[in-house]
Amino acid sequence: MVGQWSAMFRNDCPGEGRVDQQTELLKTALYDLHVELGAKMVPFAGYDMPVQYPLGVKGEHLHTRAKAGLFDVSHMGQVRLTGENREAELEKLVPGDIAILKPGRTRYSAFTQDDGTILDDLMITNAGDSLFLVINAACKDDDIVHMRANLGDGVSLEEIDDRALLALQGPDAAKVLARFAPAVADLKFMSFAEIEIAGSPCFVTRSGYTGEDGYEISVPNADAEALARKFLAEEEVEAIGLGARDSLRLEAGLCLYGNDIDTTTTPVEGDLNWIINKRRREEGGFKGADVILDQLENGADRKRVGIKPEGKAPAREHTQILNTDGEEIGEITSGGFGPTVDGPIAMGYVAIEFSKPGTKVNLMVRGKARPAEVVELPFAPHRYFRG
Amino acid sequence: MTKKFSQEHEWIELEDGVATVGITDYAQQSLGDIVYVELPEVGKKLTKDGDAAVVESVKAASDVYAPLDGEIVEINEELDANPGLVNEAPEAEGWFFKMTLSDESQLDELMDEAAYKEFVEGL
Repeated sequence: MVGQWSAMFRNDCPGEGRVDQQTELLKTALYDLHVELGAKMVPFAGYDMPVQYPLGVKGEHLHTRAKAGLFDVSHMGQVRLTGENREAELEKLVPGDIAILKPGRTRYSAFTQDDGTILDDLMITNAGDSLFLVINAACKDDDIVHMRANLGDGVSLEEIDDRALLALQGPDAAKVLARFAPAVADLKFMSFAEIEIAGSPCFVTRSGYTGEDGYEISVPNADAEALARKFLAEEEVEAIGLGARDSLRLEAGLCLYGNDIDTTTTPVEGDLNWIINKRRREEGGFKGADVILDQLENGADRKRVGIKPEGKAPAREHTQILNTDGEEIGEITSGGFGPTVDGPIAMGYVAIEFSKPGTKVNLMVRGKARPAEVVELPFAPHRYFRG
Repeated sequence: MTKKFSQEHEWIELEDGVATVGITDYAQQSLGDIVYVELPEVGKKLTKDGDAAVVESVKAASDVYAPLDGEIVEINEELDANPGLVNEAPEAEGWFFKMTLSDESQLDELMDEAAYKEFVEGL
């Protein structure tokens, strides 16, 4: 009767077969620490990862929103692009404006395909002499093949596999990190700096995937465990697993690749129009631009929306969404319980005419139609530090 | 009055012809924070190993099976307002439902406390 974690995080990538065939799970630099802390370890995107610690998913979630949580996200891919034309070349693969990205600034974007759908979502940072990318764990092999095949000869791609990635998130994250590196206090949301933390050369971005203020810290593998221990020794900080990472990002209305966006959804359908700025809309020149620009102009048939079930029963991914006449209008792509909201929350795709907040819908949970409403995202307000 | 246990981590306790059913401490620990329990309606007929209830944690929904054949006579209404009772007192206030048994001798097919303890240790 005990639920399966693997079923909960699909996190599919087109080439995930490779992960399934892998016999030995990979370990991050913090593996021994997770085990020592009593984490429940589960396979995720080919890695043996902590899904929760003894505090539990709900406690970890609430702690992150109240104080600060430390996440091991080292399974994600870190890539560096160098070469003179790196911005222009990367712009062929993503719809974001990379040319305008100043040194020290970070942007959320997506790799699109010729049919306009999404191969992965990613963070792109202008690190001055290079572009620093963070890509999803389950997609990283495919992303790298995709980039190597499509980026021009002038661009070199370096896979950074000697660094761990830690996320320190929550209202106390800035205060805690400043104890080790005062310079981080001045970083604004979606900014980047190379900063020494406790003697270790780190790449720090003020970003994350919880909706809270916080940082993602790329640290050499050799220093990762010591740095994590230093953070955890601070009274505000608890270790947080993938379970709470998922409920936090869902409350923040952020997409999980493989669930909410994938190779069947476009950025417009995924309500990610904001990642495509005016210049890119005018000029195009990225994979799938004809489809995506047409949808921007004329609208898409469906859209990703927030869904709030009226009762207490959570509606999980793949739950059918019906209109009030009982006709199917879409499907839930992420759904569960939001500890901060203290109730069930979900995201899903609905036919465009039902995407307006306030629209009443029904969710088919265990054969019973249950009332719900289309709502604005996020469920929990973003609290980013914009300076 | 003895408590019996199923391999699906339900406990059942018979008293004056009515059996109280819930999930074990091991089950609630495995599930984590329980946020919703969907209970059957009073009068529902249950078949051993058939679906009886659903328990939802933050992370997932899990089925709770009927440990024996019988009929629901009462459900724990408290769980609607306070599903966390299942975590706090799984084998007491966090009970799920009460049922009459079609065949009390089926109880013999379930494990006693010592056998269940051994079963769980072997997992």
